[in-house]
Amino acid sequence: MSLSSKDLLGIKGMAADEIKLILDTALTFKDVSERDIKKVPALRGKTVINLFYEASTRTRTSFELAGKRLSADVINISTSTSSVVKGETLLDTARNIEAMKCDMIIVRHSCSGAPEYLSKRLRSSVINAGDGFHEHPTQALLDMFTIREKLGKLEGLTVAIVGDIMHSRVARSNIYGLIAMGAKVRVCGPPTMIPPGLECMGAQVYYDMDKAVEGADVVMMLRLQLERQAAGLFPGVREYARLFGLNQQRLSGAAKHALVMHPGPMNRGVEISSEVADNTPVILEQVTNGVAVRMGVMFLLSGGTRTEA
Amino acid sequence: MNILINNGHIIDPANKVDEKLDILLSGGKIARLGKPGSISANGAHVIDATGKLVVPGLIDMHVHLREPGFEYKETIATGTAAAKAGGFTSVCCMPNTNPINDNRSVTEFILSQARSAAARVYPIGAITKGSKGEELAEMAELHSAGCRAISDDGKPVANAAIMRRALEYSKIFDMLVISHCEDSALAAKGVMNEGIVSTELGLRGIPRAAEDVITSRDISLAELSGGRLYIAHVSTAGAVRMIRDAKSRGVKVTAETCPHYFSLTEEAVRGYNTMAKMNPPLRTSDDVAALKEGLKDGTIDVIVTDHAPHAADEKSGEFDYAPFGIVGLETSLGLTLKLVEEGVLSLVDAIRKLSAQPAAILRIDKGTLSAGSDADITIIDLSEEWVVDSSCFKSKSKNTPFNGWKLKGRAVQTIVGGKS
Repeated sequence: MSLSSKDLLGIKGMAADEIKLILDTALTFKDVSERDIKKVPALRGKTVINLFYEASTRTRTSFELAGKRLSADVINISTSTSSVVKGETLLDTARNIEAMKCDMIIVRHSCSGAPEYLSKRLRSSVINAGDGFHEHPTQALLDMFTIREKLGKLEGLTVAIVGDIMHSRVARSNIYGLIAMGAKVRVCGPPTMIPPGLECMGAQVYYDMDKAVEGADVVMMLRLQLERQAAGLFPGVREYARLFGLNQQRLSGAAKHALVMHPGPMNRGVEISSEVADNTPVILEQVTNGVAVRMGVMFLLSGGTRTEA
Repeated sequence: MNILINNGHIIDPANKVDEKLDILLSGGKIARLGKPGSISANGAHVIDATGKLVVPGLIDMHVHLREPGFEYKETIATGTAAAKAGGFTSVCCMPNTNPINDNRSVTEFILSQARSAAARVYPIGAITKGSKGEELAEMAELHSAGCRAISDDGKPVANAAIMRRALEYSKIFDMLVISHCEDSALAAKGVMNEGIVSTELGLRGIPRAAEDVITSRDISLAELSGGRLYIAHVSTAGAVRMIRDAKSRGVKVTAETCPHYFSLTEEAVRGYNTMAKMNPPLRTSDDVAALKEGLKDGTIDVIVTDHAPHAADEKSGEFDYAPFGIVGLETSLGLTLKLVEEGVLSLVDAIRKLSAQPAAILRIDKGTLSAGSDADITIIDLSEEWVVDSSCFKSKSKNTPFNGWKLKGRAVQTIVGGKS
């Protein structure tokens, strides 16, 4: 089996067996990173470009390592050093890169839809590494990979996603993916950060965090962008932490085996207390798994099938 | 040269004419109308309009001709050529040019460029200097230079007190005050309607309330001031409801909407389609239904295009960065006639909203086929089926979401001042 599209733009519309294929493929790559020689020849001779229009350390590094461990040649381009500052359009930049012959372009952009726009106009595979408030598909895949690894399944689980849902591409991708895989998704945050229509996507909306967390198998915290306070979306960090911060006491309402997850970077003492953050190994395991998941995605998009892996 | 238009189906809503008549044009004026065969040609150029509709030249009260300042998008020459191709003999151009049309010299420049244009041009002046919303523009100057309406279109007048003063002061000249109803703080950096689609696409939403609160405010100010308020590009059910209510109370308010607001919904944005990006944004099917109801019961008086040409480069790329707006002059009539086909409007009412009503609201001597009036006439073939092909547009810009649409009915001849 292989993926149906040349690109990975989002989780929306992906069938459960496609998601499962990626997670299963990622699993076969996970041990590569544990070896002394962290390299397989799967993408030897392929060129991968990290085209990042938004600052990122974790995601960019993860994609870079994933490409390198598959033996691809990986080039990083970020806005501060590219011709973007000279006013070149997104498409012109991408076409110039493609003219140097590359196979895969990994795009992060602050504008929703930018990867989709490029994917329609480029021959290369495009992987969305996060676009605006739209989607961050590899983050959701690594989250699902981690949950499945820890709890053995996704189907039937209850996952609470807490925080600024409105501005979160991580939340959207996870809602689509988890529901496709048969999990129940609760979203929770202040109404000012809950966008309309989440029920139509199949999620249940909560304003009371204790209720959202109650009995949950997974509590996924989102990073609070502190500048949202200036936009009037919440009155202050103190009150936000009181209503929507995860602390040990609140966590005790969740299932005993509950996983605490965070896509990072964390605001300690805001959306998550240090006590909780330091007591869960899962947040760093998410990062570890991110490399394997991205290896799986890159491998499948470059035409690999699972049996070859 | 005299022109005799024979055997056409004449619709002249202002004069309640809806029958087969011949019509003779002479010296740029309408000389007379008569029963078919009753007027002898006498050397006049004869147009056989058998099976065609002959109506007052269509008027588009809301276009952007982009000159001066943005001639790479459109010029008065290309914009009026597009108007003529779409059946419009008169257009009102919004003042958001560069420089802004907030003074006599810009108005005079536009009118001088319009002298050789394919259609008549009525410039709309700015409400405030530089459309900054701070101080009133010199309305007497604008009026005497030829402006019959004022608007800060593209931007709302944020300060209610300034809007109040504009409506009050406009009474000296009986000037129409056109309001772009949008609360800037609520609209914020929105790029499409706020709702399920904006959530799914991860795009910043503009709530319907952003339009509704200023519509409500300006209706109150019209009531307070007694000025003539005209609500531009109505897109929400809420605005329709408020305008209907205001009219029933006798408030001097009239309103327009555009074909895209009754032909499309926010669903058109999917795929990050920049051709579906306009301000106000495309709304929901409930709003479309309310707009049709408002058109039907007369709450919405006029259909305009908000013709907003943008260069291809600007309208491609990231959705967030693309400018708002679409061209409309060459698709407006066909899309409006769909409302007739659907039974929303009678043919007479559709023509009325495209001719007699805008003329009456602007208080210009247009939009009728009365003997003695200017020979501005549009001949329409209602049965012609055609496919929108933006590459054939006369407009310099091709930014339309209707490319490839099959429409029925189009202007086959547009006569301006007796010249076709």
